[in-house]
Amino acid sequence: MTTAAPVKTQYEAVIGLETHCQLKTDTKIFCNCSTEFGTPPNTNVCPICMGMPGVLPVLNQRVLEYAVKAGLALNCQIAPYSKFDRKQYFYPDLPKNYQISQYDLPIAEHGWLEVDVEDKDGTLVRKRIGITRLHMEEDAGKLVHGGSDRLSGSTHSLVDYNRTGVPLVEIVSEPDMRSGQEAAEYAQELRRILRYLGVSDGNMQEGSLRCDVNISVRPVGQEEFGTKVEIKNMNSFNAIERAINYEIERQIEAIESGERILQETRLWEEGSQRTISMRIKEGSSDYRYFPEPDLGPIEVTAEQLEEWRSQLPELPAKKRERYQSELGLSAYDARVLTDDRAIAEYFEAATAAKANPKLAANWIMGDISAYLNEKRLSITEIPLQPETLAELVELIESNTISNKIGKDILPELLVNGGSAKKLVESKGLTQISDTGALEAAIDAVIAANPDELAKYRGGKTKLLGFFVGQVMKQTGGRADPKLTNQLLTQKLNG
Amino acid sequence: MIDREQVQKVAHLARLNLTSEEETQFTGQLSDILEYFEQLSELDTSEVAPTTRAIDMSNVSRPDQLQPCEDREIILESAPDRDGEFFKVPKIVNAE
Repeated sequence: MTTAAPVKTQYEAVIGLETHCQLKTDTKIFCNCSTEFGTPPNTNVCPICMGMPGVLPVLNQRVLEYAVKAGLALNCQIAPYSKFDRKQYFYPDLPKNYQISQYDLPIAEHGWLEVDVEDKDGTLVRKRIGITRLHMEEDAGKLVHGGSDRLSGSTHSLVDYNRTGVPLVEIVSEPDMRSGQEAAEYAQELRRILRYLGVSDGNMQEGSLRCDVNISVRPVGQEEFGTKVEIKNMNSFNAIERAINYEIERQIEAIESGERILQETRLWEEGSQRTISMRIKEGSSDYRYFPEPDLGPIEVTAEQLEEWRSQLPELPAKKRERYQSELGLSAYDARVLTDDRAIAEYFEAATAAKANPKLAANWIMGDISAYLNEKRLSITEIPLQPETLAELVELIESNTISNKIGKDILPELLVNGGSAKKLVESKGLTQISDTGALEAAIDAVIAANPDELAKYRGGKTKLLGFFVGQVMKQTGGRADPKLTNQLLTQKLNG
Repeated sequence: MIDREQVQKVAHLARLNLTSEEETQFTGQLSDILEYFEQLSELDTSEVAPTTRAIDMSNVSRPDQLQPCEDREIILESAPDRDGEFFKVPKIVNAE
């Protein structure tokens, strides 16, 4: 007799991201105030961003350029005709009681980006995630709640409007993601693209990249979405992944125990590693959007669009693919090298100077990155030029120096730059690959260690390593390791 | 054209407290205004592209050049209340 176990319902999550990204301009979106981070409260304010009566906001040209470039890089269609709208809400983070944003005619729509995510077997699978829209808007100010660190219980609030009017693009994804990992990959790739373009620094700690997550769960196979919950307050990619994983579990548990999922906004609490309810959304908010009368429409001409398109750099996805197909790097290496545009360009300059790509990649990802991390430097700040790295790699590849010597002289090259070849010559570090010279060194070592020789010949062949070490010591590390091994084995056995 | 419930909703969105008499008054007045505008519907606009403005002009923009405001004191002083270099606002009752 068999007992049928109750079939456990399988759930899947449906996830979309809304990302606010600060554009790297000198001035605000509609006025000439500075966008500098960390200045004393209310120093970067003027009558325009404070919404005084009679002022006229004027669009910053660079904001449009950056938004269009971001749209192009995300494979969007750029609107030939676009406009700004007023979004009304009552909250003192904006002094005007409305935010200038874009509603029905955003600057860019219908794009996508691709991420590689690990499936259950650990193999990388490419996944395309749709971008619904990208629009320009102004950021809001910062509130400090008096009498309490939380809103509830405070007697009044203090407002710093420095951030008010700082240019943002809001990028809305399609609900195409199914796991925390996919969402984190999406957010990282998005930031990588924006950084490559030079339109944003994407710093999550300073709030120049903020991701809000919309998430619901539904039984696998069900067409319609479950009730969605919005999660805010994640300030790292890792936190995005963990918040989503927590929320998926929470929603499935709630459904399984017969609870109703409430449409609400929840906050990720880093300390307790959970999401907490912030407020219940009463239907969709009524922002009463209407066209911003103070700003004219935007028409991007075909010529202008082509000019901006021609200025786009090679993007990370393209680089990853090219590093693998043209340079023969592994997917992992390609991913690490292309994470940061400056590193990728350094690598490319080294390979352009004829460095073996795999060897150059190893040096950059290994010793050079370790040095950069330790000294908190960017690769563009070190005296070691990519051409010198190419020289170093060539010296090792041609057996002029050993890899060990290469590692030994790297610190000096990192600090002083200059030519690797000249440094090797001036220090007399060229590798000894001459059989005669090596044999002389080996003979001397064997003669000096009769006991070890006897043990070796008695069967303790592990002592080969000891002899190699002695030869290296004798030659100041310059002995060709391969040849040394070969000659030593012959002599020890002979 | 517009009913009392809609007037109450709009009043709520604008954070206005209306008396019952005002609700009656505004329901009538707003309906009159909307009906007046409704005359425009006589025209066939099915072939006309929507417009958001009456003036034909676009792409008004400025270079990204820093020009800080000279005197923030004037701005801070013109607010109803301040606390040092912050603006001070009353207790926030509802987040939405």
